[in-house]
Amino acid sequence: MTDTATRQQWMAVLARATRGEIDALLQQAGPLPTHEVLKAPETGTVMVEGRAGGAGRRFNLGEATVTRCVVRLDSGAMGFSYALGRDGRKARLAAITDALLQSEIETGPLRRGVFALAQQQQAARELASRKAAATKVDFFTLVRGG
Amino acid sequence: MYVAVKGGEAAILATHDLVAEARRGDESVPELAVAQIREQMGLACGRVMNEGSLYDPDLAALALKQAQGDAIEAAFLMRAYRTTLPRFGSSEPLDTATMAIRRRVSATYKDLPGGQVLGPTYDYTHRLFDFSLMDSPDVMVGLDPTISGQEGASRATAAGDARVKPEHDVKPLDSHMPRVPDILGAEGLMEEEAPPEGDPRPFDLTREPVTFPADRDVRLQAMARGDEGFMLGLGYSVQRGYGNSHPFVGEIRVGEVAVEFVPEELGFAVDLGDITLTECQMVNQFAGSKEVPPQFTRGYGLSFGHSERKAMSMSLVDRALKCRELGEAATYPAQQDEFVLYHSDNVEAAGFVEHLKLPHYVDFQGELELIRRIRKEREKRLAEQQEALPEAAE
Repeated sequence: MTDTATRQQWMAVLARATRGEIDALLQQAGPLPTHEVLKAPETGTVMVEGRAGGAGRRFNLGEATVTRCVVRLDSGAMGFSYALGRDGRKARLAAITDALLQSEIETGPLRRGVFALAQQQQAARELASRKAAATKVDFFTLVRGG
Repeated sequence: MYVAVKGGEAAILATHDLVAEARRGDESVPELAVAQIREQMGLACGRVMNEGSLYDPDLAALALKQAQGDAIEAAFLMRAYRTTLPRFGSSEPLDTATMAIRRRVSATYKDLPGGQVLGPTYDYTHRLFDFSLMDSPDVMVGLDPTISGQEGASRATAAGDARVKPEHDVKPLDSHMPRVPDILGAEGLMEEEAPPEGDPRPFDLTREPVTFPADRDVRLQAMARGDEGFMLGLGYSVQRGYGNSHPFVGEIRVGEVAVEFVPEELGFAVDLGDITLTECQMVNQFAGSKEVPPQFTRGYGLSFGHSERKAMSMSLVDRALKCRELGEAATYPAQQDEFVLYHSDNVEAAGFVEHLKLPHYVDFQGELELIRRIRKEREKRLAEQQEALPEAAE
């Protein structure tokens, strides 16, 4: 079994991955396992809350579309997926991946695949950050006279 | 009198066909893909998400396509679609301090920790037409090859990537940039923003009727979904003297923030992915009392997408609406919560204004009857007076 923090990490990676990326990940790990869909992919919303001033009183900013899915493998492992957007197929694949990851050893193909995806996502964030950093202002003071 | 109450079905069906034709325009011009609108009209999508009160860039792009670019009609489509969806719950409150910054500027501090990051902005452009954008299709380079599955990525590479290529020696930005009001807050010079006792769930105006005076959570929700133009006008009025506020931009930040949700069946927070947000912290003139020494007051704006004008306007009006809490007179429109909240929703406003064009035949017949009767009675009265006059002359 895995600890919650590790599971939260891979769920975060899967939420940001495209359907194609998760599909490719699962294909690397072998044939799709037989599974029961406990909660078919369903699109709904989550009300996004902010805080006044960033840290103060909570308020409702507006909703966001979210799709969720719950599956159970023959082993009994339950897989969940919750992610922004409306992609039901992605939700089902992510839920299967979540279920499989729970019983996979750390050096297993899915773990390695998720790690690679996490690295790609981190690299994309870093590239965006470096592009933003290129627009950082360097102030200089003009010295007049002697 | 007989008034038709049914009819027009054939005409309505025909208008659906005609609006589809009008939307498509000249068929010799290629049709827009929703993904093109999402990627290349991102600021319009942001506005539609705010006023439609639903974060979904694909749907916002579809709404704009379906509404021929009419932002309010597009927001209406978003609102209508939202009502068909179940709500799973509320997110954990967003933590904008952890934002992956793409733009962050302050008008109060030159050398703030983390620096001034201009990001993608039109602020320093000359507002001169770039006619090269008309020279399609040669300008269709610049697709980011790092985004997998993006159509035309290989072509973009062949044609030369027109996008920014940061120097490899440019370091990424600091991962945590302090919010500017928190810097002033550390000195005690800034009005504190702390959750009230027990950190209560916010009021939701989509579920409960609004009453007045409205609390800050209600006001912020209403303004977040309020019309950008209306909020801009009100914010401008405050600056021009109808509310006595000419503040400093403490900070504007734009970037991505993770949304977290705790599903009941899991019992732990799940990261749902990132949304793009714009946050504005306005630093306003002092207020003090016998108990509190003079300190800056603040106005807050938060919006979906890159939408600075909206977030700034919201923060100006947020501060103006705090007048009651700060013991100031509520003299001007931007300071009156009932006025602001009842008129900021453009879907409601458009509905009430535009309902005037729908059939009012019965109402109008009633008015017509009334005015004819009044005129008849008036003529009769005048005629009686005319008859009475000669007698009076004698």
